Amino acid sequence: MDPLDLDRMSVRDVNRSLRELRAGDEVTVLNPMGRHNLAVGLDNDVTVRIAGPAGYYVGGLGKRATVVVDGPAGWGVGENLMSGLVRVRGNASQSAAASAHGGTIVVDGDASLRAAISLKGATVAIAGDVGAYCGFLAQAGTVLIGGDAGPHLGDSLYEAVIYVAGRVRGLGTDARIEELTETDVKTVTDLVDRYGFDHVDPRNVTRVASARQLYHFDTHAHDAY
Amino acid sequence: MCGIVGLHLRDDALRPRLGALLRGMLCQVSERGPDSAGIAVYGDDSLAPVGQATVSLLGTDPSEVAMEGVTVASRGDVTLVSAPVPTEVLATRVAAALPHAVIVGRGPGLAILKGVGHPVTLADRFGLDTVTGYQAVAHTRMATESAVTAAHCHPFSVEDGVCLVHNGSFANHATIRRELIGDGVAFDSDNDSEVGARFLAHRLAAGDDVEKGLRRLCERFDGFYTLLVSTADSFAVVRDAIACKPALIAETDRWVAMASEYRALATLPGVEGARVFEPEPEEVYSWTR
Repeated sequence: MDPLDLDRMSVRDVNRSLRELRAGDEVTVLNPMGRHNLAVGLDNDVTVRIAGPAGYYVGGLGKRATVVVDGPAGWGVGENLMSGLVRVRGNASQSAAASAHGGTIVVDGDASLRAAISLKGATVAIAGDVGAYCGFLAQAGTVLIGGDAGPHLGDSLYEAVIYVAGRVRGLGTDARIEELTETDVKTVTDLVDRYGFDHVDPRNVTRVASARQLYHFDTHAHDAY
Repeated sequence: MCGIVGLHLRDDALRPRLGALLRGMLCQVSERGPDSAGIAVYGDDSLAPVGQATVSLLGTDPSEVAMEGVTVASRGDVTLVSAPVPTEVLATRVAAALPHAVIVGRGPGLAILKGVGHPVTLADRFGLDTVTGYQAVAHTRMATESAVTAAHCHPFSVEDGVCLVHNGSFANHATIRRELIGDGVAFDSDNDSEVGARFLAHRLAAGDDVEKGLRRLCERFDGFYTLLVSTADSFAVVRDAIACKPALIAETDRWVAMASEYRALATLPGVEGARVFEPEPEEVYSWTR
């Protein structure tokens, strides 16, 4: 299919054209220049390649589609993704994969602060480092960090699980390091194989999960009220 | 919200294009602050003649400036008065001659342009395309803390050659304002960001350098902030502890740029090969010419 050129079309018109694609279609979006809200809200088995840097929320709210960004992405890449794949072949800014319910968000570079914040079931694979508060309040899903994790990793974590191949600069409140099981190794191996994270040894990652001390109300505290 | 862009040139060959490059950046952050805007320009001879002190004024116009031995220029609502004397001497003379005017910028080689309206309209009114120089900063404002007037616009330039622009809001600015007033500091507006600028100026006057002054600001101020501070020869960026407000830095051999969003960097020459990164929380980044 002919490429869609943002030098000649508005973001709204490009997104409308993308939503009109049929299953199996592949299309390239040219000259993104860091524009926001590209390829959001897709709902079909299509492949969209963003040929350059994307702005905020690229690929967000999508179902089934594959969105690949050939460059860095701004805040909230793949925010609230339902299914499908959003892949950034560069660095991602803050709040990557925020609130994503399903599907996979892959970042081939680093991700900034609060990656996978409030994650609700999606899989997040980041080849490089992540900034502070990765996995903050994450309720469900899997996060793989191929590099180092910044401070406050997994703060106030619910049932999402985080794997870190590099160094953990600090755990957040109620996050703890747990023993790696064979199931964990298999989960990480699948991600490493699928996304080509050759630098990650699935047997040599740190599993971080909730200590579950924070999110249940402690009945012993009743006396205080 | 608010948007920030700044450009610090390393390659003097780009000096004639400073205003045009900044205009391209400013347009990309106008949605972040459509109500008003302000610009600081360092090194434009037609706005702030080389070797002279310049004060930038609001609330007056060139016809009112009946002072001897000064050069007068104007852009939009701003009147620029220059003279080959120390800045403090010029500022005192201007304050006496034009007591109703507000001094919004001061220093050798520094011009401050501010106004209310859409940033792109203002850029045209200021003739930004033709502005030259070695360093410039611009701010687009979406007011949250105080009124939309030219005097409330950033940059706040309250010390010789020093400008501060702010994206965010300070929570404890009223407390710090009272403390500074107790120390004899005077304010031009009720803007929270002006408190940041006055605090920094107060620290610089006490002997801190910009980096140390900004570290003290981080210790003392609560709230959300990405700050870009410029002086006659430097350019510095700092963010609050949880980095609530966006910031990107791009660096090449020819320039250092800072912007709220990547799209403001996207048209700079050689950006494809730039080192682009997000400043870490509470870390001061600075560059000196």
